[in-house]
Formats: sequence, C-alpha cells, structure tokens
Amino acid sequence: MSAYIFRKTLVTLPVLFGTQLLLFLIFFTVSSPTDIARRVKGPKAKEEVLQRWIAEKGYDKPVFYNSQATSLKTKVQDTIFFSYISKLCTFSFGKSDYDDQPIWWKLKDGVGPSLFLTIPIIFASLLISIFISMLAAMFRDTYIDRSTVIFSVTAMSVVYFLYIVAGQFLFSVQFKWFPVSGWSDEYKLYFAALPILIGCIANIGESTRFYRTIMLNEIHADYIRTARAEGLGDLTILFKHLLRNAMIPILTRVIMLLPYMFTGSLLLESFFGIPGLGRLTVDAINFNDFSTISAVVYLSAILYIAANLINDLSYTVVDPRVRLS
Amino acid sequence: MNYSDNYMIHNCIAIALFCGALFFCLWLWNHRLWGERIKACFKKPFAFLGLTLTVLFFFTAFLDSVSWKSQSLDSTHLKANSQRTALDRIFQVVSGYPEWEYKERATSAPLAKVELHDKDIALKHRHVFGTNVSGVDTAYAVLKGIRPAVMIGTFPLFIAIPLAVILGVLAGYKGGIIDEIVVYIYTTLSSIPGLLLLLAILSVLPKSLFNICMALSLTAWIALCRLVRAETLKLREMEYIQAAKCFGVKLPKILLQHILPNVTHIILITAILTFTSLVLSESILSYLGQGMAESWGTMIASAKTEKAQSPIVWWNLTFASMALFLLVLSVNIVGDALRDALDPRRGGH
Repeated sequence: MSAYIFRKTLVTLPVLFGTQLLLFLIFFTVSSPTDIARRVKGPKAKEEVLQRWIAEKGYDKPVFYNSQATSLKTKVQDTIFFSYISKLCTFSFGKSDYDDQPIWWKLKDGVGPSLFLTIPIIFASLLISIFISMLAAMFRDTYIDRSTVIFSVTAMSVVYFLYIVAGQFLFSVQFKWFPVSGWSDEYKLYFAALPILIGCIANIGESTRFYRTIMLNEIHADYIRTARAEGLGDLTILFKHLLRNAMIPILTRVIMLLPYMFTGSLLLESFFGIPGLGRLTVDAINFNDFSTISAVVYLSAILYIAANLINDLSYTVVDPRVRLS
Repeated sequence: MNYSDNYMIHNCIAIALFCGALFFCLWLWNHRLWGERIKACFKKPFAFLGLTLTVLFFFTAFLDSVSWKSQSLDSTHLKANSQRTALDRIFQVVSGYPEWEYKERATSAPLAKVELHDKDIALKHRHVFGTNVSGVDTAYAVLKGIRPAVMIGTFPLFIAIPLAVILGVLAGYKGGIIDEIVVYIYTTLSSIPGLLLLLAILSVLPKSLFNICMALSLTAWIALCRLVRAETLKLREMEYIQAAKCFGVKLPKILLQHILPNVTHIILITAILTFTSLVLSESILSYLGQGMAESWGTMIASAKTEKAQSPIVWWNLTFASMALFLLVLSVNIVGDALRDALDPRRGGH
C-alpha cells in the first residue's frame, strides 16, 4: 500500500512543476517586467519606483534561461523560474507583490473562513441531493421522478451568481433575515448563514441530476430485483443495497471537491465579502499579484494530487473487488 | 455593429455555418443506428419544446449575423445608410419604431410613458420592457445579446472538440508515452481552479472575442478528452478491433472507421453540455469585467449599480437573466433527450 502511495505521488509531482510553468508562461511571456510593475504600482508611477520594485522582487532576471551567465549551472539557476521553484519546494512563499505581506500568513488566515463556508455547503448539498435522487429512484417513472428531473434541470440552468444576487436581494434586503455581506470572527454563523444557504441551493441542481442517473443505473440491476423478490423492505433495499453500490461515483465526486474545499468558492466569497482564500485569489488577479496567485495555484495543485490519491485508495475501501496493483 | 467593409465575408461565414448546422441535423435525424431513437425521444412534448426553443435561439443568432447596408432615401439622418442586420430590420417591422429612433434619452420603466428619473420628459414610443441607462430598448438589447451568447457557446467548441477527440483517441488507443503526455497535460490544466485560469489568461491578454474563445476552449477540452480516452480504452479491448489489427488494417483506418463512430455519441452529448457551461461562464466573466461588449453578461453586470438606485431598475437584470435561463434550459433539455436517445445502457428502460 505504501509503495503504491509513494509511486503515485512521484508520478504526479511533475504536475506541480507543470502548473507553475503554465503560470509563468501566462504572466511573463506576454508582458515585460515594466508592464507588470506598472500594473501593480499604478499607471502614473515614476520610472525609478518601477525599476526599484522590479529589482527588489527579482523580476529583472530572465525568465527561463540566462544566456549571459558564465557556467551552465548559473545559466539555468539565475532565472526567475528556477528561484521560484526552489523556494516553493520549501514552502517559502515570500511576500505578496501587492501589499508586501507574508503570503503564508494570508493563506493561514484565509483557510479558516473558506473551510467554514465550504464544508457545510458540500455536506448539506450532498445529503439533500442524495435524498432527492433516492426518492426519484424509489418512485421511478411516476410524477415524483419526472418532477425531480424538471427541478434539477431547471436549477442547473440558472447562472450561479444569479442565485447570489437574487438571494441577497430577497433574504437580506427584502426580508432582512441576514446581513448583506461582511464577516466577523465573533459571530461567524450569522455572517456565514446566507452564503451557505445560497451555495447549497446553487449546487443542488447539478448534483441531483448526476446522482439520479447513478441511482437509476443501479436500480435496474438484478440484485435489487432479487432483494425485492426476497421480500426485503423498501428502506433496507435503498440504504443497504442501492446506496452502497452507488457510492463509488458519488464518493469520487465528493473527494474531487477537496481542492475546492480549501480554495473556497471565488464568487461567493467576493460577493459576500468573506475574507477567505477565494477572495484572496480574486483580489490577487485583480491587482495582478503574481506571487499570491502562484502560491494559491501551488496549494490547489497539491490538494488536487492528494485528492486523486485519496480517490484511488478509497476504491479499495468501498469496493471489495478492487485491489491496488 | 462594427463590421466595416468586409461584411460580405461575415455574411458568407454565417450562411456557411448555418447550412453546416442544418446538414448536421439532417444527418443525425436520418442516421442508420440512432435515427429512430432520436425521433422517438424528440416526439415527447418536453423535448420537443426544448428543441423548438433551441432552434429559435440559433436562428435568431443567425439572423443577427447577416447584415447589409440599407439604401434609405432619407439621407439627412446620420444612420440612414448604416449597416443593419436582418434582426434589426425584423425588429423594426415588428415593433413599429422608426429605424433610427429606438433610443430614448435615459432609463424608463416597462410600459411607461415618461422617463424614470425625470418625469417631465415624455418617451417617444412605448417600450414594452423598458429601457436601460443609455436609453436602449431592453427587448432590443436582449435580442442583440443572443448572438454573442451563441458565438461564445459554439466557437470554443470548434477548437476544443477536434483537439480533445484527436488527443483522447490517440492516447487511449496507442497508450505508452503519448498516453502519459496527454494525461499529464490535462491533469496539469485541471489542477488549476478553472475560474482562476480563465481570469488570469484574460487579464493579461487584450479584450477581444478571439482571446475569450481561446481561453474558454483551453478549459473546455479537458472533460471531453477524459471521456473519449476512457471510452477508447474500453473499445481497444473489443474483439473486432483486435481482429482488425491482426488483419493488418492500418492505424488511421482503425481509428476513423471503428473507434470514432463509437465515440461520437459521447462527443455529441458532452459538446451540448459544454455549450451550456460556456454560455454560463461567459456571463460570470462579464460580471467580473472580462467579457464581451453587448452580451447578456454586461446587462446583468450593470445590475450592480442599478440595484442600489432609488426606484430599483429591475427590468434589465430580469429580462437578460430570463433570456439566458431560457437558452441554457432549452439546450439542457435537448442534451438530456439526446442522452436518453444515444446512451447504449438505456435500451429497453
């Protein structure tokens, strides 16, 4: 088992390298260092300010290959790319380009609110979607099943941020049940209630569609028919047989939400002013803050690799027929 | 419309695409294997409604793409000889507004006779859906927004589908180093959060339709490639493929004649679902400031400031989002109906 984990990790480590390479291609090959500095410092900044900022951050070195260096080793090492990769390997993210704060602190502060939002959203929408799809499976080909399809396709077709705008308008402005936006560490639940509610409602449509397809694929299987013929009750069939066999795709989907769980929902957090990792990312893109974006993408790639690994390992737990080679 | 002088080329491209889509639908309708199942699925009322709405939307987008200069006798007005699309002309005929006077001065509510903020100024016409902040009729803006939405939905697919299919089939069939490379590429691309990648790419490139399509196709090909590769891996073990290999059939012929037709149903269904997610992401990008000029996304984005005004200007947001919802809903219904028709596991359900 541990050999499998080790081998899988080694094979997927180049993905981390590849994501950073992609980011460098996006940010550094299209624009020159002066453009980057100008975007951060503002269009009216003086030339010396820009040059000083560039030298401080080390962006005046060539990006991938330093042809002016002496030995082959320094040709590769005296570049922005190499210094970034070597710093990331030791998890030293450095300071943010925009407001010079250590990125590690920003990440640490942001993970808390993001988790506080996304974990309830994932679990609540999972429970509700499984409930609705099992209803659809139990009452298949009746009006309940058909209305489940209509409901899920309709819910899936609405733009995500329309849920946010409509929810804010209805619940905060008209009914005045929840605050429009904001965050406080003391009254977390009060400020997080509306985003969690809206996140749940927005995710139900697509999840229900997917889970219903899985449940309906399983319910026509022979073992369900045998269990019925044996006289087992509805609830037993649903939970002991149907749910356990439909668990694999559902579990895959939930585990692949692990990166989303930590990086947070970009839209929800920026609309509700919640200081999580999602809003950190959106701000970083708006202010063209390359080091923060690089750090967040690095974190997200590590979580994606971890999620893939947990996914493969979970198959052995859930399905006794699967054995890892 | 800023076509300048090469509008004939745009007209020809639009007509060619429309005829291509028509031929494609006819081919699908009369397909040997799937024809009857598709016909049976689309005779149901729900699916038929979805199909009709989709056809209406795409036809409106086509009407908005063909334009020609109007030869008006009234040469005193600025817009007399301007370039107008077929949709403009039809709208003028149906609504009864004279050609260059759709625009009022400023906002007005639906079915109102006076402006919203300045109740002394009377409107020139009765606008059923109201006007937005620069006086453009909301119904006109919504109809004009169909074309950008449909374009953003289909043009990235023209890049993403060939790329995904070629890479997926090659990776699944050949295996080995090609498989490793393709899996590495799409794992890398999908480990970056999608919205982040899109925003990052669009914030460094200049704003144009081509750049948005490129950026969107970069994230759209991944899901299709995964599915095509999985299906090809399954098909590779089939006996008729192994027999063909033993007979010495060359690789391109096996891929084109045996594997590709069996992957087509996945491509079709995934393409339709990707269309909806592309249209929805374009709205989100417009809201975050990176989208196209006259699309529904910018109408919804203007709701940011309009929400806070004293009589709330709700009609822009409502009608744009209703139109978006209808488009995405009808395409989702068509995709669902096609999935019921084409999915081999659903036979005899």
